[in-house]
Amino acid sequence: MNGPDINIVIGGEAGQGLVTVGDTLSRALTRAGYEIVVTQDYMSRIRGGHNTFAIRTGPDPVSAPTVDIDILVALDQESVDLHAGQLTARGLIVAGDDLRLPDAPCLRVPYRRLAPKPLYDNVAALGVLGSAVCNDLSILERLVSEAFEKKGPEVVEANLSVLRAAYAWVREQEHPFACMPPAPADAGPRIMLNGNEAIALGALAGGCDFLSFYPMTPGTSVALALIDKGRETGLVAEQAEDEIAAVNMALGAAYAGARAIVSTSGGGFALMCEGVSLAGMLELPVVIVVAQRPGPATGLPTRSEQADLNLVLYAGHGEFPRAVFAPGGVEDCFYLTHRAFELAERYQSPAFVLTDQFLADSYRSVAPFDLDALPEPPEHLLRPEEGRAYKRYRITEDGVSPRAIPGFSEALVVSDSDEHTEDGKLTEDLSVRTAMQDKRLRKGYGLIEEAVPPDYYGPDRPDLLLVCWGSTLGAALETLRRLEGRRTRAAVLHFRQVWPLNGRQFLPFLEEAARVVMVEGNSTGQLAALIRQETGFLIDNLILRYDGLPFTAAFILAGLGSLDA
Amino acid sequence: MVGMEDYGQFETAWCPGCGNHAILKAVKKALAGLGLAPHEVLLVTGIGQAAKAPLYMNCNMFTGLHGRSLPAATGARLANPGLTVIAESGDGCSYGEGGNHFLAALRRNVNITLLAHDNQVYGLTKGQASPTTMQGMKTKAQPFGQPSLAFNPVAVAAAMRAGFVARGFSGEIEHLAGLIQEAVRHPGFALVDILQPCVSFNKLNTFSWYKERVYRLGPEHDPTDFAQAMSKAQEFGERIPIGVIARNDRPPFEAGVPGLARGPLAARSLDRDALRRIVESYA
Ligand SMILES: Cc1ncc(C[n+]2csc(CCOP(=O)(O)OP(=O)(O)O)c2C)c(N)n1
Ligand code: SF4
Repeated sequence: MNGPDINIVIGGEAGQGLVTVGDTLSRALTRAGYEIVVTQDYMSRIRGGHNTFAIRTGPDPVSAPTVDIDILVALDQESVDLHAGQLTARGLIVAGDDLRLPDAPCLRVPYRRLAPKPLYDNVAALGVLGSAVCNDLSILERLVSEAFEKKGPEVVEANLSVLRAAYAWVREQEHPFACMPPAPADAGPRIMLNGNEAIALGALAGGCDFLSFYPMTPGTSVALALIDKGRETGLVAEQAEDEIAAVNMALGAAYAGARAIVSTSGGGFALMCEGVSLAGMLELPVVIVVAQRPGPATGLPTRSEQADLNLVLYAGHGEFPRAVFAPGGVEDCFYLTHRAFELAERYQSPAFVLTDQFLADSYRSVAPFDLDALPEPPEHLLRPEEGRAYKRYRITEDGVSPRAIPGFSEALVVSDSDEHTEDGKLTEDLSVRTAMQDKRLRKGYGLIEEAVPPDYYGPDRPDLLLVCWGSTLGAALETLRRLEGRRTRAAVLHFRQVWPLNGRQFLPFLEEAARVVMVEGNSTGQLAALIRQETGFLIDNLILRYDGLPFTAAFILAGLGSLDA
Repeated sequence: MVGMEDYGQFETAWCPGCGNHAILKAVKKALAGLGLAPHEVLLVTGIGQAAKAPLYMNCNMFTGLHGRSLPAATGARLANPGLTVIAESGDGCSYGEGGNHFLAALRRNVNITLLAHDNQVYGLTKGQASPTTMQGMKTKAQPFGQPSLAFNPVAVAAAMRAGFVARGFSGEIEHLAGLIQEAVRHPGFALVDILQPCVSFNKLNTFSWYKERVYRLGPEHDPTDFAQAMSKAQEFGERIPIGVIARNDRPPFEAGVPGLARGPLAARSLDRDALRRIVESYA
């Protein structure tokens, strides 16, 4: 594909600094006003192995990764051998002079001439790349200065001179790569962050002040971003002894008035299920981020999948309401996590952010989040009027009982994981049981009414409707663009909230399309089954991906081709 | 003035003669003696006969899941350091299902107190062996005698240099109430392992069995001396010491959490300026 966007892939072993190069270049492109979609592919090891950092960038919105490579920066031979075949017609290989290269346009970088020591090779590669795509040198200079500021002016100078030398060197070379089209002048301020960072920010904006977690890729980076940025807001964080402790700690904190988050992946979440059930019974708000990776069991630890929808939907014994959000991109990660906090508080229920490795690690350039547009976090009842007569689980019409926080007044806050009376004490009175269960379920009706409707893109009554959820959105939208101008009139229906589903919001779209195709990252079509369960609508065309890689438009188009065959 | 009556009187579902009755009394006595009003106290429990104790008194209560009282207590205490947080549960709950949390609590040293009702058996599920069941004891589930060695919570806690490690006996209410008060006052994690007969299921460690063996540690025992503490912690057989077994003033977890200086989480409001700076840091 030769569009206005280009795909730059940096390949090498873990530990070679490809993330540093990729990260800095992405930030430079963002500051210059370009759009980016970053896809990180890495193996489950700290050093060695084959890893790539792919930046798809251009002046217009880009939404998904692609397999075609316009610039391949090979830090090792394996990157050349594995990816040279993906080069486009205008493709260029950037490699050191020690690698064996195929017959293709290339820039042989004399690293030893440009950089005094291998330590500086990253900065040299950055200079070469920035120059090849005609990024403004001053932006790169500023980023390098910021990166080394803490190490003192000498280190900054040394790195800047390598950067400039590498940048200038490319200018003298003959290479076929044309500059990128200019970025829109009115792009406005941009920030660059990945899905998990955006989730962390959304949490802080939602008033999150407590984090407990047990590390598990790709959920960990939400916790790390929160710990880093939460310093400023006084966040209390603890790495728990296991996931069971993490979720129970969050619930203890929530009971005492915290706005708590836990972040994990499917395997860790499996251990949290009893805690989810406890949240349902005690009616405590907690936001749980489940960053999906392929299973069963330990699966492919560093790859992507969308197969934990069922786990999250049904996690926890017994029946109780919950909300499950599935962000489609980095902005969604922010706004939906904020929404998860808001709903968890208002409905005193667990709320989930179901994301995946691809989105977790995918950097995008976005407009800074509009903090003023966000609703205020709901207030706690610190001093309930009824004083000692306060009843934690008062039966109400909408199922939501006023929630007091212990220790602030004479009111006692009594919560029991056994079925309980309105004042929170264990009961085996079976009529109270029924009344309490009904009260809890009534909160679910409110959640249905407030469900975020799926987004619809494209013409009414299309020939083809692609249905997807979560991070598949970008690839589906690109498929739509690629189908433009063909005979097929296509549309996309994207679910950013996958539970509860409100059929009234989307059933007409399904019924009016001539043909409906579900695109999801698992091997059984979990959302398709859920839609059928909730609405009776059968989607029998499925394009499923479960090899650990994110969807691309090419994959979907190929899937459509074989459905036709 | 706070009195025991502020903590109320309730009918219980425990067997007559069970040690839980005495422990409940000691807890109320200790809290009233500390001048703590019911709303200043949070009891966090797991599941079991022992875990029902807070149901029979007035106070804030979080009855969670079997084995999970310590993580929940930790979360609550970190969310509001103004609360007096006590985790209370059985030996099965605290050392079996919750064993990993017990170890973590010893290391973490958050200012909470664990009152473990140690009847050396699972009461609520009708008498199976618990982690503290003595080796060889026969039960319906262990008809050939419990093959595993009994867990020694006091020795493990002392070995981990827990700040406050005590053993109490339900047959000595005054003494036990005193231990509970000291434990609550201790600024860090405090364990009181409480020997308690289960009249229905533990026919070995009966009230008279304990009565014959239990003795109070005197002033000659120096709980701050690690070697002495370890030696007393190991004593469990013909003679069983009760009292403060080990003690030290390791700084509590809270001292290393700067965020806590801003007061209870529930009373905070959103810092929009900080948020704005954080968003801008991604430019
Ligand atoms: C996850 C889970 N597993 C098992 C149980 C069943 N259960 C309830 S109480 C209990 C043991 C209680 O023993 P202990 O903690 O020693 O307390 P006691 O009843 O002796 O006071 C068990 C196994 C449960 N409620 N939850
Ligand atoms: S079964 Fe044992 S522990 Fe439970 S109430 Fe009866 S005597 Fe007490």
